[in-house]
Amino acid sequence: MTDLQRLPLHDLHVALGGRMVPFAGYEMPVQYPAGVMKEHLHTRAAAGLFDVSHMGQVILRPRGDMAALVAGFEAMMPVDVASLPEGRQRYGLFTNEAGGVLDDLMFANRGDHLFVVVNAGCKAQDIALMQAALAEVAEVQPVTDRCLLALQGPAAEAVLDRLVPGVAAMRFMDVGVFGDLWISRSGYTGEDGFEISVPDAAAEAFVRDLLAMDEVLPIGLGARDSLRLEAGLCLYGHDLDQVTSPVEAGLAWAIQKVRRAGGAREGGFPGAARILRELAEGPARKRVGLRPEGRAPMREGTALFHDDTAAGVISSGGFGPSVGAPIAMAYLPAGLSAPGTAIEAELRGKRLPVTVCDMPFHPTSYKR
Amino acid sequence: MKYTKEHEWLRVEGDLVVVGITEHAATALGDVVFVELPETGTMVTEGDEIVVIESVKAASDILAPVDGEIVAVNATLSDNPALVNEDPLGAGWFFKMKLDDLAVLDQFMDEDEYTALIG
Repeated sequence: MTDLQRLPLHDLHVALGGRMVPFAGYEMPVQYPAGVMKEHLHTRAAAGLFDVSHMGQVILRPRGDMAALVAGFEAMMPVDVASLPEGRQRYGLFTNEAGGVLDDLMFANRGDHLFVVVNAGCKAQDIALMQAALAEVAEVQPVTDRCLLALQGPAAEAVLDRLVPGVAAMRFMDVGVFGDLWISRSGYTGEDGFEISVPDAAAEAFVRDLLAMDEVLPIGLGARDSLRLEAGLCLYGHDLDQVTSPVEAGLAWAIQKVRRAGGAREGGFPGAARILRELAEGPARKRVGLRPEGRAPMREGTALFHDDTAAGVISSGGFGPSVGAPIAMAYLPAGLSAPGTAIEAELRGKRLPVTVCDMPFHPTSYKR
Repeated sequence: MKYTKEHEWLRVEGDLVVVGITEHAATALGDVVFVELPETGTMVTEGDEIVVIESVKAASDILAPVDGEIVAVNATLSDNPALVNEDPLGAGWFFKMKLDDLAVLDQFMDEDEYTALIG
């Protein structure tokens, strides 16, 4: 057992009534007194504030020119880094030689450097990977003196613009520097919103200013999970892992044409053989959405069957507060992945009907 | 009212025992989104898993506190599982049992003892 790390705002979470639980090596608030259901619905109705300071913030600063850094970073991912304009952010995936996913991440072009945000549980691995892959072209600088917050929901724009005039003009996946705040218009809930990197020393006052507004409630990891599940977004370690390819995961949209067969910078990333083949021929299995019949939630690990044959396993599942019903994601053979396909899930010894469905389960409302 | 170590409450109602979970347990579980109840007429043995509760966070079982027969269940919970959080000691009851001898309830904690348990 390693000791759990504490967030810079730990005492504030405790003072707000946060129930602290271990997550990815950190003590994290899983919920506040409002509870997961109310926190989830509040985020969809107004604005929710999440402390995601456990995530890894990393600056990649070129040793020479940006082009060499960009080329080096592209060699780690099946993603178009080169065309990303200054002031914009993009979703990326580190892949391994087998075409599996080592982590999913966000990266931003900030003019003279790249800013990367990775999952907490993969942070050490990712930093080592980048240090090894980019040793000659960039300094990999973990950012260890800043909190990362997410403000999500339909009121997020109005709320944040009161404190940080100008953010309302940002579009989805824009990034900008506002004083000592690094802000992107993005998130992990399916809602419009912002992710805000703030120096540790300024974080508590900033959070208290946000929480002082009627629209804003603090939101824990529990609702973060149900919100992202309804939005159809993958959680690394559950819906994505080292054996699952981005194509199987339904993330082919993140692989731009320029990196695909026939593109100007085709391949050249770990696992290209498998990933390009799956793009051309279709993957053997696919991530799908599932709607269980009835009200019983079906959670990660629940076995799925079709005609009495094992067909797959639920990778994430639970109750969708905005959907008002249980929802889940799973990997199924391609032949069973069409929306409307009827399968069964084994719950407490019983086989119960489940239907493959489109995702997201709840419509997204990004401001494009 | 009597209490079990599994945070159930037991209330005698005529010759029956009504069973639910305590406010402490309901708060710890979080928002309840699904309750699966036993069928009436089921004979149960102490320790049998007879109710499944799913909260937004996790699944839990409610165990039969004593031997007996399930004579009624709170079917309202199937459509409105949130009652377990809203009124755990009242409208959020789970089932009623018929026992051979109500004296078996003497083994359980009274309110003071339960309050001490949950600190």
